[in-house]
Amino acid sequence: MSKDILLEVNGLRAKVEDKEILKGVDLTVRAGEVHAIMGPNGSGKSTLSGVLTGNPAYTVTGGSATFHGLDLLALSPEDRSHEGLFLSFQYPVEIPGVSMVNFMRAAVNAKRKYFNEPPLSASDFLKLMRQKRAIVELDNKLASRSVNEGFSGGEKKRNEIFQMAMLEPRLAILDETDSGLDIDALRVVAGGVNQLKSKDNATIVITHYQRLLDYIKPDFVHVLYKGRIVRSGGPELALELEERGYDWIKEENL
Amino acid sequence: MSAIDQYISLYRDNREAVESHSAAALNALRPAALAALESAGRLPDKGDEGFEKTSVEKMFAPDFGVNINRVNIPVDVAAAFRCDVPNLSTLMGIIVNDRFVATATLKKNLPEGLSVCSFSEAAGTPLAEVIALHLGTAAPLDKPGVALNTLLSQDGIVIRAARGFRADKPVQLVSIFNSPAPLLAARRILVVAEENSAVSILKCDHSQAGADYLSSEVVEIIAERGAEVNWYDLEESDARTARYSQLFVRQAAGSRFQGVAATLMNGVTRNEFYIRQEGDNADSHLGGMAIGSGAQHIDNASEVTHRAVRGRSEQLFKYSLDDEAEGAFEGGIEVAPGARFTEAFQTNRNILASTGARMHSKPQLLIYNDDVKCSHGAATGQLDQKALFYMRQRGIPEKEARTMLMQAFMVDVIDSIRLESLRDRLRHLVECRFSGHPSGCADCAK
Repeated sequence: MSKDILLEVNGLRAKVEDKEILKGVDLTVRAGEVHAIMGPNGSGKSTLSGVLTGNPAYTVTGGSATFHGLDLLALSPEDRSHEGLFLSFQYPVEIPGVSMVNFMRAAVNAKRKYFNEPPLSASDFLKLMRQKRAIVELDNKLASRSVNEGFSGGEKKRNEIFQMAMLEPRLAILDETDSGLDIDALRVVAGGVNQLKSKDNATIVITHYQRLLDYIKPDFVHVLYKGRIVRSGGPELALELEERGYDWIKEENL
Repeated sequence: MSAIDQYISLYRDNREAVESHSAAALNALRPAALAALESAGRLPDKGDEGFEKTSVEKMFAPDFGVNINRVNIPVDVAAAFRCDVPNLSTLMGIIVNDRFVATATLKKNLPEGLSVCSFSEAAGTPLAEVIALHLGTAAPLDKPGVALNTLLSQDGIVIRAARGFRADKPVQLVSIFNSPAPLLAARRILVVAEENSAVSILKCDHSQAGADYLSSEVVEIIAERGAEVNWYDLEESDARTARYSQLFVRQAAGSRFQGVAATLMNGVTRNEFYIRQEGDNADSHLGGMAIGSGAQHIDNASEVTHRAVRGRSEQLFKYSLDDEAEGAFEGGIEVAPGARFTEAFQTNRNILASTGARMHSKPQLLIYNDDVKCSHGAATGQLDQKALFYMRQRGIPEKEARTMLMQAFMVDVIDSIRLESLRDRLRHLVECRFSGHPSGCADCAK
């Protein structure tokens, strides 16, 4: 049973500067599952994704996180990536002067090096780029530009899922991937995520709204509030939140 | 007691020897140079106007030797630029300390319309008149650095593009320090691009044998009507090399000039760029790239003067400083009365990669005119932490991510270079530099 567990988070606490944001988060994700984490603004959703991926802006003050048997919190951000953790950023970063091709090649080959594999040849790499681009219908022109520079909101999010396809993570965290997307882009992005789903990997979808969950169906829904998961349930919980809003959660957890 | 006193007495004691080795045009300037130096009394010191972070006085203070008697120091040329900009051009000359050596291929491949030779070789040819006509017309002796260079120079290099001649291959000057003892080399270069001619020159500086070196460089570029001159100056010396370089450019109507100075490795460097647009519709582009680590000191100062109408100038200087490196940029734009419709822009951007690195930036605009478009901007910051984390999240190791970001920061300076082969080469050299293999890196041999 425990063999299937991809991520096990226990009593995770973290702060930004001197403010404690996460106050004891528990979460278990098994292979093949899709988890949605919902919650009102400021409840700690993005902090949780930042802490799990090792963003140095956050300091862990307690608890543990185990990623397929590894002490996740002891790993560098790059090693967490190599071990199969991927974050689709809420605000993908523009990097002028670094081309998408060089960026992606560095990422793919760093992972290969981590597993003692030789770097991909130029032609194999470009072939891989072509294949994965198709999943999110990412324009070839974007691939030859600087990372995210001058991309529209929709293009940035497609680019995130493209990178996810390139790196084939075991656990992908999608942080507000639906924000800033029109309905067509949302469909493409969600379609990409669904194509990448398998029985061996898992997805955590962080979202404000039920909307995205119409496209990416969760197995479990958690409500994060004031740094704790205060309620967990099936997909029906998301619908209930959509209908009733977050006020009843807030009242229950005064 | 100033640092220049030792050089003045050296000159006085060896005047005959110095003059016997030198071209007439240089000797003709020497009395005025001596007088200017004596009246200046000293070299610029730290804290002087325009010299806020660099003491030229201190650079020249040590007891360097000067190769008065033209002793020939053999240099292993191949070792010096194995990892440079190989095969960029077959028009290559070598400056060994302060002596110009034309390669056999240079003489063989030099097209008609282009001259590259030393002042002494030019003696008795029509080039001697070109030198006599232009030498000292761009570089004024009231600058003590110019006066000292003029006093001590025993030879120089002249590059002339004849009227209407457009060189398709760049001229490459490889300058090398190599001496068993501390040495000062006075280097003098004169570039004359006659009407509607075009020439590109790449100079790269190297140091061998590990003694203390100081180069005193004065470069004069005369761009006549409609001429185009590109000047690329790449410094890859070492921690024990100091360099005081002064570039003076005079631009006639419709001329185009581009100057880019890249400091990849050095000890203490002060580069000055004086660009004067004397004719209408001139275009100037000045670029600077400084990569400092360890205790490197890199100081660039520019003064772009618009004296005619419809001139355009652009300056872009970028610094990336790590460890205890120190950078300075003092950039000036002056628009003279009557220089209407001038467009002049200046940008300085700097990254401090460590808490010990220091940057001093001082942009200056002097506009004595309406009807102009001018701007300047300076910003100093750190590597973008968000970009760094984004890259690490994708699995790119921190060190590599930092290198990629630093390289990316320099991209626009490199892309502005008008010589494609040099752009490619420089991209590679910058990559080597940031990944900690400044020279001799295996990839360079490819």
